[in-house]
Amino acid sequence: MGGLAAAGGTAICAGAAPAQIASHGGGHQMAARASEGMAAPMPAMGHGAMMTVGDVDNTANGFDPTDMLTDWDTGTVSVLPDGRTLRTFEMAAEDRDIEIAPGITFPAWTYNGRVPGPALRAKEGERLRIVFRNYASHPHSIHFHGIHAARMDGVPGAGMVDPGDEFVYEFDAKPFGCHLYHCHAMPLRRHIHKGMYGAFVIDPDPERHPDQIDVARSRLIGTPENAGWQELVMVMNAFDTNFDAENEFYAVNTVAHAFMKRPIRIVKSKPVRIYLINVIEFDPINSFHLHANFFDYYDQGTTLTPTLRTVDLITQCQAQRGILEFTFAEHEPGLYMFHPHQTEFTELGWVGMFDVVEALA
Amino acid sequence: MNETLPRAAIRAAKTNLVWLALPLIALAIAVAWILSADPLSGFRNGAPPVENLTFERTVLDDSGLRLFVRAGGSEPMTVAQVQVDDAYWQFTQDPPGPIARGKAAWLSLPFPWMLGEAHALKVVTNTGATFAHDIAVAVPTPQATAGQLRLQALVGIIVGIVPVAVGLMFYPLLRGVGQAGMAFLLSLTIGLLAFLLIDASAEALELASQAAAIFQGPVMVVLAGLGSFLLLMAIGRRGGVPTGLALSTYIALGIGLHNLGEGLAIGAAFAAGSAGLGTFLVLGFALHNVTEGIGIAAPILKQRPSLWVFVGLTLLAGGPAVIGMWLGSLATSAQWSALALAIGAGAILQVIVEVSAYLMRQSGKRIEVLLTPPVMSGLVAGVAFMYVTAAVVKI
Repeated sequence: MGGLAAAGGTAICAGAAPAQIASHGGGHQMAARASEGMAAPMPAMGHGAMMTVGDVDNTANGFDPTDMLTDWDTGTVSVLPDGRTLRTFEMAAEDRDIEIAPGITFPAWTYNGRVPGPALRAKEGERLRIVFRNYASHPHSIHFHGIHAARMDGVPGAGMVDPGDEFVYEFDAKPFGCHLYHCHAMPLRRHIHKGMYGAFVIDPDPERHPDQIDVARSRLIGTPENAGWQELVMVMNAFDTNFDAENEFYAVNTVAHAFMKRPIRIVKSKPVRIYLINVIEFDPINSFHLHANFFDYYDQGTTLTPTLRTVDLITQCQAQRGILEFTFAEHEPGLYMFHPHQTEFTELGWVGMFDVVEALA
Repeated sequence: MNETLPRAAIRAAKTNLVWLALPLIALAIAVAWILSADPLSGFRNGAPPVENLTFERTVLDDSGLRLFVRAGGSEPMTVAQVQVDDAYWQFTQDPPGPIARGKAAWLSLPFPWMLGEAHALKVVTNTGATFAHDIAVAVPTPQATAGQLRLQALVGIIVGIVPVAVGLMFYPLLRGVGQAGMAFLLSLTIGLLAFLLIDASAEALELASQAAAIFQGPVMVVLAGLGSFLLLMAIGRRGGVPTGLALSTYIALGIGLHNLGEGLAIGAAFAAGSAGLGTFLVLGFALHNVTEGIGIAAPILKQRPSLWVFVGLTLLAGGPAVIGMWLGSLATSAQWSALALAIGAGAILQVIVEVSAYLMRQSGKRIEVLLTPPVMSGLVAGVAFMYVTAAVVKI
């Protein structure tokens, strides 16, 4: 009878839908439909309809993807007996339900209650101390990408923290660059996918780079040279909500479509620097493509000269990261899109707009 | 039993009343305890509620896609987002808000679907659970226009009414058959009905498996089938054993109910956008169903019914195909088609029993008649003919 049913449908359709013969080309299809007395494409069928419905409650979440772009955690600073700077960060692991897309709750594991965790920023050569407390339900750690002793590695046996316990990671800030940290408890994939990752940026010390002192100063937060830049931290992430090892939502800073609904304001005259980090789970590669513009790229951010010049697309494997520099100075104001050029990721939420304006209102 | 005093009888009645009340009181206490003390709380482990979503209807038209989804979770479900072909699309829900267990809602998406292509739909709930539904071939869903209804009626007539009428047209020829011929025709009828019984039951179970869990598909099919069988047996045997025109009418009714289910399924497939290959399939159905007419004619070969009786029998057996087409294409869900087919299967079983009984009475040989060559060849011929002609229309 299944056959019967399908056959019946067929017979009718064979009479009623001659356009079925012509079967390729979207434009043709729509034209064919229109000529059959069906409506032409509706205005609502344009790009605007391809979007999640509703808005995420940032207040309830306790974090806002837009604020995260510029929200650096520089810790607290003190001076060691030998005169060096000691920078201390406080980190805590906690279980937390977060809204990753409008109406969708994800049972996340977080650093400091947010996904991604705080964007840590230090200066090359400083002593770093990270006090980590585990208020969550599973053992967690912080594994920093950088240079440090084995004892500070954040892997099982070296800084793994049981629920209720505390550990202090201590090491020197090197090398300068755009790094990341993440939990290294097992199973690794689950701990990272659940939200335990964040940006870890070490600014170059200009005094150590006399040949490129201006470039180094422009990178060092707090300098007048740095203030001339618009710096953004973007952590590319994704969420598998139904445990099938494929992501349902892709984003930068967690919330799908956040920067489509609220484009990122860019002042035309100031250059843009993006600290871009890929922590996407389940997909081997992520990418960043900028519309109507090109940028210089510093792979891992560990050099002061670009490793790629004048490109409009870079790809990053998981845990790969880098610094993008570009300007809209010569552009007319308007909305400029950015997204990965994996169209699937784009259509599942990882897409946004730069709103280039003459000056901030 | 010895005679007892009235007083003793009253006492016995009182005792019975107590024995009736006691278990009921115990049950009431148990229910009250479960509701108040919540002894099941120990099993709650923070796991998210079990969710279940069934796609009952998909409508494709010039405003995009519409999905009729039914919630079957342990708690009300909230549709948070909808993907089409791995992209999120804006949608509206009617009625809005969480969908209660067993309730359904329409989701409307302004999606520019492509004629003749496949689309994959995915509903994401607030817990992040996903429910997928594929549109194998996107074609516009028929509208309830007069033209469409006429077209469907035409197909319904071709697959339902025409073959029955053609079968009944053998009537004058069949009147000439002798005792053995008659036995052959009746067993042919049983054979074809047996095929329809298996076919309808299998299809009902398959449709039931696509329905929301709350309808308990297989149980519903079995109970509806048995129920209709028993009901029709009771009605049929009310004035004695059905013979002649009465028996023909039951055969026509059974086949009609089967054709209704068949029409529902065809209409639903049509509405769901299932598309295949051509007119020869409809002709295949027609050929397949011709035997039904012969079966209906068999019990009235010794009577001389008026032409109107034949018209009535034809409409009773074939007409429901048209009604089924309409209902199926306009508004139905898997569980209703399954229910109709199950009722049809029950009716067919009743007819098989009655025709078998008639055959035994006719021959006067009781059960042994089933082992005679004309009957055995008739059974085989009936099943084989249906099987072979069904093969033509299977895709």
